[in-house]
Order: sequence, then structure tokens, then C-alpha cells
Amino acid sequence: MIFAAILAGGIGSRMGGTDTPKQFLSLGNKPVIIHTIEKFVINENIDKTIVLIPKNFINHTNNLINEYIGENEDIIVIEGGETRNDTIMNSIRYIEDNFGIDDESIIITHDSVRPFVTHRIIRDNIDAARKYGACDTVIPATDTIVESVNGETIESIPVRDYYYQGQTPQSFNIKKLFNLINSLTEAETNILTDACKIFTLKDEDVHLVDGEVTNIKITYPYDLKLANTILEDGND
Amino acid sequence: MINIVYRLISPKFFEESIDEVELDGVVVRPTYLSICQADQRYYQGSRPAEVLEEKLPMALIHEGIGEVIYDKSGEFESGDKVVMIPNTPMGEDVCRANYSYKSKFRGSGFDGFTSDLIKLDSSRVVKIPDDFDPRVSAFIELITVAYQGISKFSELAITPKDTLGVWGDGNLGFITALLLKNRFPDSKVIVFGKHLENLNLFSFADESYQIHNVPDTLAIDHGFECVGSSASQSAIEQIIDLINPQGTINLFGVSEYPIPVNTRMVLEKGLTIQGNSRSEREDFVGVVETLKQNPQLFEYLEKLVTNICEINTLADLKEAFDKDYISHFGKTVLKWNK
Repeated sequence: MIFAAILAGGIGSRMGGTDTPKQFLSLGNKPVIIHTIEKFVINENIDKTIVLIPKNFINHTNNLINEYIGENEDIIVIEGGETRNDTIMNSIRYIEDNFGIDDESIIITHDSVRPFVTHRIIRDNIDAARKYGACDTVIPATDTIVESVNGETIESIPVRDYYYQGQTPQSFNIKKLFNLINSLTEAETNILTDACKIFTLKDEDVHLVDGEVTNIKITYPYDLKLANTILEDGND
Repeated sequence: MINIVYRLISPKFFEESIDEVELDGVVVRPTYLSICQADQRYYQGSRPAEVLEEKLPMALIHEGIGEVIYDKSGEFESGDKVVMIPNTPMGEDVCRANYSYKSKFRGSGFDGFTSDLIKLDSSRVVKIPDDFDPRVSAFIELITVAYQGISKFSELAITPKDTLGVWGDGNLGFITALLLKNRFPDSKVIVFGKHLENLNLFSFADESYQIHNVPDTLAIDHGFECVGSSASQSAIEQIIDLINPQGTINLFGVSEYPIPVNTRMVLEKGLTIQGNSRSEREDFVGVVETLKQNPQLFEYLEKLVTNICEINTLADLKEAFDKDYISHFGKTVLKWNK
């Protein structure tokens, strides 16, 4: 089976100024998270879309789904975790308990605040996860990356051609991901903020999928303003 | 739902833009698209400045097939292969919808097919069999233009259809001549063109002539002009010369300039001139059925596929248009991966 996990576990602490988590703010005529869910729900290859959300927003999210998408048994809203990896683990546990995990099962994990993800990116993620077991969506870095450990002076300037900006989805063979997470030491768990990093830490290949410059993450108020402006412009 | 659309912003410059669509129609993922002269005129900026000013930014391309991703009505299943109809009626009319002022046309009045997904009304989508060659299916729309012209001709013509003359050795001439031969197998189909290397490809036709080398005794019952631009003047002139009384002249070629016509001989011979442009749903259904019944047509039609370009980036799309521009014959097919 193919599952999508929409990660909305965070409370959007970086959005500032507003009490509403960023995934619930409006983009055009709908909340950001609804736009994101729609991309996965219309994809026939995806069996279930699991939305992981802070506990106190579960009812609200279900109400929004009913209002904008309608009742849909393929969308499941459950509680996220403390960290990103905890949230992913919650989704895997849910899948294991309710559907079982076979060798072929795939999970497509995606930020709830990236509503501009394309059908092509999701398709390429499914293909790459099936073929390679793990993939990450990236675009080539356009800005020069500088490394500074002390935050005051430059340590090094890596060759830009080798650097990419990570987007989502990140997709995995569930069994492989589950086994790798369970093999982590506590020290390793503490430093892992990214699911793909678990694979690289364990010397497992993660395949690159081409992202899109439009696949932006709505993190700051500026991003939402920008996204709404681009959307209005496109709808003219 | 949010959709990413790749629009021509100004000549030779594409850009991503974001569109919001309701999920109340059929959502199609484009797979194979094909460049038409009309797209090329926007891309090169050869349309008048006020037209470009009014229509751009706009996604180009109105020839293409795709796969159904989602259909709320359940009429189509996910994965169904479909050809998309660019003509979009916006109200009832007394004429065919492809001639109605109330219709909009993709890649002309509104966004064409270069996007992540396309939402269409279910009447704008026709299912095609899985075994259709996608490279040829990409330009079914062009085939439907010839098909609708031939359908109208067959109702209009009152004199015998023994000898049918097709002017133009390009894509539309090839398709028109092929469909005529298929529909009227007992008629003699004669092709008139300028380029010998192109005419050699019309092996299914009964005869072919270079336009400056036509026997004096030759006569046709009906003529099909598939030349376009300023050259359509000499083509129409030659048709009027060779055509038998009360024949029909079927015009297909688009010209940016007004074309003078020898009306004296049109009157004297009692000719009927019929214009043809675009196509409608019944033509798509008709072409799909014709191709199903006559799979050998694919063998001929695939000769038109001269460029196949895989589109992963907007730079690839630009390159495909540039490649198409310098091609003398055939269609540029885009394998859409963007």
C-alpha cells in the first residue's frame, strides 16, 4: 500500500504575530493544509492520506476536511509527535496497527505547509521510493553556501554544484525506515531532525527527486503573503 | 486545488505560475503534447503586438493527450488515457461550437496544456485506447481539424468525388490527403506541393505533382487548400484553374494577410468555398473511432513525428520550440515530464 503522511505536528512557532498555526491560515479561498491534502487525495495511487496534527487541532482539521473536501474515508487525522521523526513514527505505528506493513509499502512524508507540490513530484517520489527504498525532493542550490561554525567567520565555501536545497516529499519503504529508526541509539536520535538523515547515517542510499522552485514552504508571514500574491497573480 | 501552470510571459520566455482550480471536473495529467504553428507564432512573437499584449501571459499548446487523475463524477477512471479538446463552448449557439463566438479555445483565449494538471469539463475529454501510439495521439487535435473539414465537405459536395486535389505538402496536407484516401478509397487523391522530399512521403496518394509541373490536361472535382500564409494565394489560384464546375474549395490554411481570390472564375464555375477551423467533440470521437478501425493509419501518421522532446524543465520547453521552428516538416512532440 502507498500512504501519504502530511506532517503538521509543529505549532508554527516561527509564524509570529498570529495564534493560528500556519497550516490553517488561508491561501486563496482555503486553508493551506486543505490545498496540500487535496494534492494527495486526488492521486489514485495513494491508498490513505494520514494527517498528523497537534492534539488540540484534530477536531478543527476534521471539520475543515468535511467542509472543503467532504467526507472521505481515505483521509485520517491523528495526533503528531514532539519532533518531526516522532510524528513520522506515529504515522508508521498507525499504519502497522491498522493496515499492517508489507515489504512493498511506501510512505510519502510531506510538509503540510508546502501546498504547491506538484502531481509530477509526487509521482516521481512514488517511483523512486519503490525503486530505491528512499528519496528526497531537492532543487539545486542557487545561493552560495558558506559554512561558519562560530557564526562570526567563514570556515569554508563548499562547491555549490554539489549542494541542493531539501524540499518535501521525502518518501520511504516503510519497513526499511521503521527498522532504521529502531536501530538508532539515543544519541543518534537526538541529532536527527530529518528522516533522510537516518538513511545517510546508516549508509543507505537516498535517491534525489527533482523538486520545483514553486514548491515553497510557508514558514514566515512573508511566505504566506508571497504565496497569496503569486496565487492572485496566477488567477487573474 | 492549487495547480502549477507554465505560461509564456513574453515571446521566448516561459515562467511558472500558480492557479487555483475547483475539483468539479475531470483532472488530467498531460503526458504527450504537440506544438502547433499557432503556438509557435506566440512563442516567436510574430503575432501583432496588441494580440500579444492582450493574450499573454498564457500557457501554450492545444494538442495533447493525458491520463485521468481524478473525476468526481466517476465517469472516467483514474489512469484512463484521454485526448483533450481545446475548444470550450461557453453557451449554446446556432452554429457548430468550433465556430461560435461564445467558445473559448485553449492556448488562444485561455491557458493551454503546459501545466502540472489540467481541469476540464467531462465533455472536453475523449477516452483513447491504451494501445494508441502516444506520439501520434499527441496531435489528434490536428487530425480532427482535417476530419471536421472533410465531414462538412462530404455533406456539401454535389458533384462527383472522383478526383480530389490536396494542396500543401506539410502536416495538414499529409493528414487531409490520408483521411480523404481512407474515407473515399475509390476516389483518386492527388497531392500538389512544392517540396519533392515531402511529396515522396505521400506514398498512399494516387498521384503527386510539384506545383510548377502540373499536366495541362489535369482536372479535379474538389480542392483542399492546406498551404496557409501568403502562399495560399497561388494555391487557391491553381485550384480554381484545375477544378471542374460546381466543385468545392475547402480552405484550411491560416494566413496573417488577406488573400485575393479570382472571384470571376468562382462565379463562372459556380464554385463553393468553405472555410475550416478548429474542431469539436464529434470530430474527436470520429477520429478516435477512425484510428481504432484503421490501425494502419498510425504507420503513416508516425512519419509526421520528426522531433520527440522530453520536457523536464522550462529550458527543455524552450529548446523544443526552437527545434520545432527550424524543422521543415513534421510535428514536434513533447513528452511531458514537467
